[in-house]
Amino acid sequence: MSLTGLFLISFLLVHCSINALMFLNDDGLLFNEAAHFMASNILIRTVEIFLFLFLIIHILQSVAITRQNMKARTISYAGSSATATSKWYSRSMGILGALILVFLVIHLKDFFIPSRFTDRLGFDSNGTPDMYSEVKMAFENPAYAMIYILSMIVLAYHLLHGFQSAFRSLGIYHKKYTPVIEFLGTAFSIVVPAVFAAMPIFFLLKK
Amino acid sequence: MRLTLKVWRQKNKSDKGGFETYQLNNVDTHASFLEMMDVLNEQLVNENKIPVAFDHDCREGICGACSMVINGRPHGPLKGTTTCQLHMRHFHDGETVTIEPFRANAFPVLKDLVVDRSSFERIQQAGGYISVGTGSAPEANNIPVNKVDAEKAFDSAACIGCGACVAACKNGSAMLFVGAKVSQYALLPQGHPERNERVLNMVAVMDEEGFGGCTNTGACEAECPKEISVANIMRLNREYISAKLSVEKE
Repeated sequence: MSLTGLFLISFLLVHCSINALMFLNDDGLLFNEAAHFMASNILIRTVEIFLFLFLIIHILQSVAITRQNMKARTISYAGSSATATSKWYSRSMGILGALILVFLVIHLKDFFIPSRFTDRLGFDSNGTPDMYSEVKMAFENPAYAMIYILSMIVLAYHLLHGFQSAFRSLGIYHKKYTPVIEFLGTAFSIVVPAVFAAMPIFFLLKK
Repeated sequence: MRLTLKVWRQKNKSDKGGFETYQLNNVDTHASFLEMMDVLNEQLVNENKIPVAFDHDCREGICGACSMVINGRPHGPLKGTTTCQLHMRHFHDGETVTIEPFRANAFPVLKDLVVDRSSFERIQQAGGYISVGTGSAPEANNIPVNKVDAEKAFDSAACIGCGACVAACKNGSAMLFVGAKVSQYALLPQGHPERNERVLNMVAVMDEEGFGGCTNTGACEAECPKEISVANIMRLNREYISAKLSVEKE
């Protein structure tokens, strides 16, 4: 879980950095170029296979662990005190993860598949496939933009627990460095989803 | 003070069990929780009813025998305290108090509030020991131990094996207990000859017994009467990964 999770976290960083290029005032020319590079470079395409593989392993492991953990207590408590002793999102990783999966299906169907397997995309003034216009068009629909923004809130909470939990599961704990990891984890969980959520907001406002 | 008690009653292991409500009209605020239970039982005996079975031994917060989940919290609402050291002044007049046994399939209920925690014993037997030569006691300071490690080992060894971590964990995981037991030996040179087999064997038995896995929610540390740190779970993970990678199967 932790290793696949950390790999997925590293992917988010790359994805987020490239998406941030959309905020440049160049009608998406640089973003299109970066998106095209990511879609055509052989090395990136190879890593992409591992990305999907690790995503599937991450999901399968979570199902296996959840099943094992549910079997460990079949009679639950009448009184509950969970809120006093742990954060709600640390107890809801499965639900948050499932919501992210629903989002991923929508996301891949609307952006990844059309750009990779169809010739739906037009071309920008540099002759590069115009992913920017595709994104812009999608996010000008407020309902669609809202789904994205809400999904990013879900992702933020998933990361808020997942980032530091991954290090703990790998046995990495140190009086000096663990607070640093926790700080980085919190910062990552806020900044990365915020950048993603800024895209629909950006295009909605621009419209 | 007056209290309404909702207590889990279960005749035996196979009985389905359920809550019974009792009224206590004159509870002394200086009484400990177990003394309050004694008063309840006296009242039940006087009414020709079967008293509530619950575990207790030292009543000094050191043996780990007392259990009970009080208002949803193992060992009650007070931090760093066992049930026997919890006093009735922490409850208010007229309060309804729900009392349940520790819930985990690895801790089956034997009767009322008494659970079978022998799964912890079996984990201990799998590796919670060190090998020493028999004969006269060796010189205590023959093997130098770093002070920081000695203190950390002592903190881990403070675990009384009560099982509150399992009761508190949403996954019914025993990793804080196993982490503490593995840590106390891993930190000291005396524990090193069996270091790798210890962690592998104890984790194997922990899984066999049907405990869940840790998802790092931190509820165990928050409920532990001895305030054992989750750092012990991370050390357990580290020991386990290192043993898995280094042990060569014959």
